[in-house]
Amino acid sequence: MPQRAFLATEPLIRWGWIWDHLDEIRIQTVEHFILTGIAVGIGFAIAMGLSIVALRFRRTYGPVTWVTGVLYTIPSLALFAFLVPYTGLSRLTAEIGLVSYTLLILVRNIVAGIDSVSPAVREAAVGMGYSRTRLFLEIELPLALPVIAAGLRIATVTVVGLVTVTSIIGQGGLGLFILDGLRRDFYTPLIVGSVLSVVLAVVMDLTLAGLERLLSPWSRAGVAR
Amino acid sequence: MDFLVDVLAWFTDSANWQGSAGIPSRTLEHIRLSAFATMVAAGLAVPLGVLLGHSGRGGLIAVSVVNIGRAIPSFAVIALALPFSIRAGLGIGFWPTFLALVLLALPPIFTNSFTAVRSVGIDVVEAARGMGMREREVLLGIELPLAAPLILTGIRVAAVQVVATATLGALVGWGGLGRYIIDGFSVQDNVRVFAGALLVAALAILTDVLFSVAERILAARGGLHGHRLPARMERPA
Repeated sequence: MPQRAFLATEPLIRWGWIWDHLDEIRIQTVEHFILTGIAVGIGFAIAMGLSIVALRFRRTYGPVTWVTGVLYTIPSLALFAFLVPYTGLSRLTAEIGLVSYTLLILVRNIVAGIDSVSPAVREAAVGMGYSRTRLFLEIELPLALPVIAAGLRIATVTVVGLVTVTSIIGQGGLGLFILDGLRRDFYTPLIVGSVLSVVLAVVMDLTLAGLERLLSPWSRAGVAR
Repeated sequence: MDFLVDVLAWFTDSANWQGSAGIPSRTLEHIRLSAFATMVAAGLAVPLGVLLGHSGRGGLIAVSVVNIGRAIPSFAVIALALPFSIRAGLGIGFWPTFLALVLLALPPIFTNSFTAVRSVGIDVVEAARGMGMREREVLLGIELPLAAPLILTGIRVAAVQVVATATLGALVGWGGLGRYIIDGFSVQDNVRVFAGALLVAALAILTDVLFSVAERILAARGGLHGHRLPARMERPA
């Protein structure tokens, strides 16, 4: 281990370093965003499938939340470590791990959202001759949007945080700076990576909140989440 | 299949069960620090959450604490704890890990304690007051016992997260089970990596299960049942 005397005098931020690495910071921020986007996108597709099954066959909801719950409890580093012998230090390993963390949150919120649609609305639609598919796509999904969007936001913020860990299995993103800072006992990249990761999480959260408002003009009167 | 046989061989190799880098010693290290950090966090956050919940103030704080806590990655917390620990003269290894774990455990415990006390029915509290109970008695005799299972839910969420994040302590010079994974990565020993992952995952799931049992026992003794949804919405580490 390096000498502590040196470490204690190292300034927390060397602005010169940031200035010299602006390009790399930009590239890794975009990479972080892409890794997050892929995970939440695929996670949402899988969660939607699982939710449709769970809504159609109620008895599967318990097992689905149990399995996704176990995945959620496994520490991220351990989950990546399980996959490395099979899928290597690859982006695939990172994405499998990240996707599995979104499932519990998304399935819960999609099912809760659809369940919250009032039976009167559903009956009215059926009475008007809506088929099961149209009822789901045109009535239930839009009405469930606030709850589903809340789940998407939580999943996104969670994944942004977890992407930092994927640097340990050789992937890019802002975690690379944190890891680099730790390995070289150099605080500037460590702080840059951490701060930008929080900023990215907040920006993506707010963007999704804005999108949700655009997509559901009827709930603008102020339905909380 | 050969790989899993190697992993099994790793677990049966007596060399991996001895000394300070052996499984028993690393596991104990991991459990000891996790328990210590969770207890310190609970000691700070439960009284604060319960008192604020009783007074009815601070609802906004309770919500924001969780939201902010979720946006800050555990890895960043543990990494950022390092420079501060070194500057405070506490060095590397134990202290930065401990500090980070306490910080991570505070939000879920605080918010669940707050929500737990708030969710005790106002009619129950009013009835207790009507019977002539003092505020102190209402808090300790009525609200606290009823809120206990939900408070425990918060501690469970925090404990699972602490056990998970303690794995990352290996990156700031601490021991624990994360050592197998981190060291395994650096020497490209997939067997050690996988074995370490098994141990960490087992410990996290065991923590979750033990707390769930405790919650159920508490709830059966008359508390409000800790509904799992808000608590589970915490992020993994």
